[in-house]
Parts: sequence; C-alpha cells; structure tokens
Amino acid sequence: MENIYNAIKVSEHVYWVGAIDWTVRDFHGYTTPHGSTYNAYLVMAENITLIDTVKAPFLDEMMARIKSVVDPAKIKYIVSNHSEMDHSGCLPQAINLIKPEKVFASTVGAKTLKEHFHDISAIIPVKDGEVLSLGNMELRFMETRMIHWPDSMFSYLPADELLFSQDAFGMHLATLERFADEIPWATLEYEEATYYANIVLPYSPIVLKALQKLTATGWPIKIIAPDHGPIWRQDLDKILALYQKWATQMPEKKAVVVYATMWHSTEKMAEAIGEALAEAGIRVKLMSMNEFHRSEVVYEVLNAGALIVGSSTLNNNILPQMADVMTYLKGLKPANLIGAAFGSYGWSGEAVGDLQEILKAMKIEIVTEPVKVKNVPDEAVLLQCREMGKKVAAELKKRIGG
Amino acid sequence: MKKYVCGICGYVYDPAQGDPDNNVPKGTPFAELPADWTCPVCGAGKEEFTPE
Ligand SMILES: [Fe+2]
Ligand SMILES: [Fe+2]
Ligand SMILES: [Zn+2]
Repeated sequence: MENIYNAIKVSEHVYWVGAIDWTVRDFHGYTTPHGSTYNAYLVMAENITLIDTVKAPFLDEMMARIKSVVDPAKIKYIVSNHSEMDHSGCLPQAINLIKPEKVFASTVGAKTLKEHFHDISAIIPVKDGEVLSLGNMELRFMETRMIHWPDSMFSYLPADELLFSQDAFGMHLATLERFADEIPWATLEYEEATYYANIVLPYSPIVLKALQKLTATGWPIKIIAPDHGPIWRQDLDKILALYQKWATQMPEKKAVVVYATMWHSTEKMAEAIGEALAEAGIRVKLMSMNEFHRSEVVYEVLNAGALIVGSSTLNNNILPQMADVMTYLKGLKPANLIGAAFGSYGWSGEAVGDLQEILKAMKIEIVTEPVKVKNVPDEAVLLQCREMGKKVAAELKKRIGG
Repeated sequence: MKKYVCGICGYVYDPAQGDPDNNVPKGTPFAELPADWTCPVCGAGKEEFTPE
C-alpha cells in the first residue's frame, strides 16, 4: 500500500522525517506568514539514529515518515540538538514509541529537557567535541551555546559530510520543496534574514565565534540540514557569508523610521524626516506600528545604520504599539545604530523623552535633538523634521563613508 | 566586590557566590577569574561582561 507521508532522502545515509506546518503564524511574538517546517532526520547507520523530533502535535506525521524507511523500534539512539519545544515537544512520546537504547543532548540540553518534561527518561549529556559511534560511522558534536539557547549544539556526520545545525541556517518557510536549491534565492535570502533578525540577532558576537570554531574543525561540509525550512546542498558559502555579514552588523546607508500616530501628526513628521533622508541618498523605510508587525521592523533594522523613532503621547506615555516594538527591538540588541526621536502631543508630551531613554538603554547613539510638537505640526516644525533627517543622514555617512 | 553582567545572556557573576560549576571559589573578584573563564550559561568570554 502507498504511504500518506514519506521520508525524503537527503544523502547516502540520511532521510528527512520532519513535519510541515502550513498554518503556524506565531513563534513567541515573531510572526511567520509563510508557516514553517520542523525538521527531524533519520541516520541509517548500523546504530540507527534520530536527530531531533518535531512539535508535539506533529508526532504522527514524523512517525509515519520514519515508518516509510524503517521500523521505528529499530532506532537505537535519539539525539536532541536543541531543547526548544518545536523540536522536543514530542520527544517523550517518541521515546515511548521507539524505546531507543540511549537519548543524547548537550550538557545543558540534558538539564533543560528534564526541566521541560519532568518524567522523561535519563538523557545522556555529551560534551563539546565528543564523538558518538553509530557502529559503522560516527557522529561528532559541537556546542553552539546561545545559537540560540544555552543548550544548542550541532551534530556532524562525517560519512555524508553533513551538518545538523538545528535552528542555525534555518528559516520559517513551509514548502514541499525540501532543498534550498529548489527555491528562488530572493525568497531564501528574505526568509533567512527575517529568521536571523527575529531569533539569532542578539547572539551575533557568539555567532562570529561559532563560525570561526566551525571553520577550525576542518570538517568538510557538503550539506547543512537545519531544523526549519529547506536543506542546503548548494550555495553553502553564500549562506555562511550571509550569517557572517549579519553577525558583523555592518550598518548600511539605510534608515528605518518607526512610529505610531493617533491623528496623523506624528505621521506627518515621520514623512518629512523620510523625505529629507532620501534626498540625502539614504535608503528609508517608514513603518507605522499601526500597520506593520514588529517582526517586519527587525528585518528592516538588521542592515540599517539609523533607527528614528516617533510616538504620540497617550495618557503621559508612548503609544502601546510603540512600547511593543521597542521592547522587542531592545531584546534583539541591534548594534552599530545611530538614532533620534520625535512626536506630537496634546498637553504633556512625555513620549519623546521616553523614546530617547529607550534608545539610550539600547546603546543607540542619539545624534540630534528630538523634535516635539504640541498638536498638529506646522510648516516650521516639518522643516525641523527635515533638519533631523538631514542631520541623521550626515552622521550616518560620516560613520560609514560615502 | 562588584558584580558583572554577561552581555550575551544576562547571567550575573556575583563574587560572593563564585562559580561552583567551574570550580571558582566564593569570594573571587571578577578580575581574578582566569582569562579563559567563560559564562556558565552561554559560554561567552570575560570580554563580554560589564560591571552591573
Ligand atoms: Fe529554537
Ligand atoms: Fe526552532
Ligand atoms: Zn552568558
């Protein structure tokens, strides 16, 4: 009989046995308009090994794909490269169904899994650099703490020159194409950048070290198999170079103007700032938080050199949708930015000062005086906004040349 | 003695506590941690830490 779900062969010994989530739209605040996949992999070594599992509701799909290759009872080892629920959610159930001889995770992962699933069977911790024999081949481990959780690690299968990279080099994109080379590059670059900005960005200094460490291993890598989205078997140098570039956080001649407005006054100010920036040769993105989602903002900030923020004052505070995006951005720690703040108010006008304080807390260098206006901006105020745009443009060019 | 915060993960090194997981005894000031000491949570180096 024909199977409903099948595994996809990735390399000589490895099969993809994950799940496709066409409808997921939210990852703890990161919006995922194109769904995602949870990638699990089966290594058909002498000691058959399952690398990672899937989100809890997708257990049946994963088990069905495994069954299309081998009787799950024959799986000897399970390796958890990352403890987050989208990859470990069905681990306890999978352990019950498969009854593997051993389950492995990083030292931190072994503890974290115990904290997630209190009655899970013993997890064997593996150290950075440790090698696990799968009988006729080996699996090597490399800790990648904080990419993007303390438990995260890579596993490398020398036999197939294949790197299991968990969340690193992954993206939230649901497709039936299993390989990146079957998908247009522009789509890949956009989704990868969005994933990096929303998940990996705060750990950029660690990413730079991890990339060095990976190079230092001397491991020849032909395939990168992440835990989300398509598998890389071409353009590996391009994807590694993108990670290097984003982790370096080299600012470009680009400004993002993020604002929230009550009656379009703060919006008029944003437009005047944007016009002046563009005339000075800076790429500009205007993003009203009344319409945009925080995930789109951080995507735009990823390669920006300036972040200009505006808010009306509502009941002595910044607007809630501005507080939302500023909290999100602060946690994601974008670096090497200059900034400024602006906004309209009805009587008290605290929002602009509050925004400046947030910029300072984010270690963003404020390069010009704020522009504040009571009620609707007149031409004189809009000219001040244009001055703000010009000043930010000049400061940005000073810093990055050109 | 001053506490130091990891800029990557937010872990706070408290000299009064030391870092028992890495055999650093209580009462060790941050400056006296070995050069190759790393954050017990995320593995970041000393250079990622700032005074609290
Ligand atoms: Fe994750
Ligand atoms: Fe994930
Ligand atoms: Zn840390």
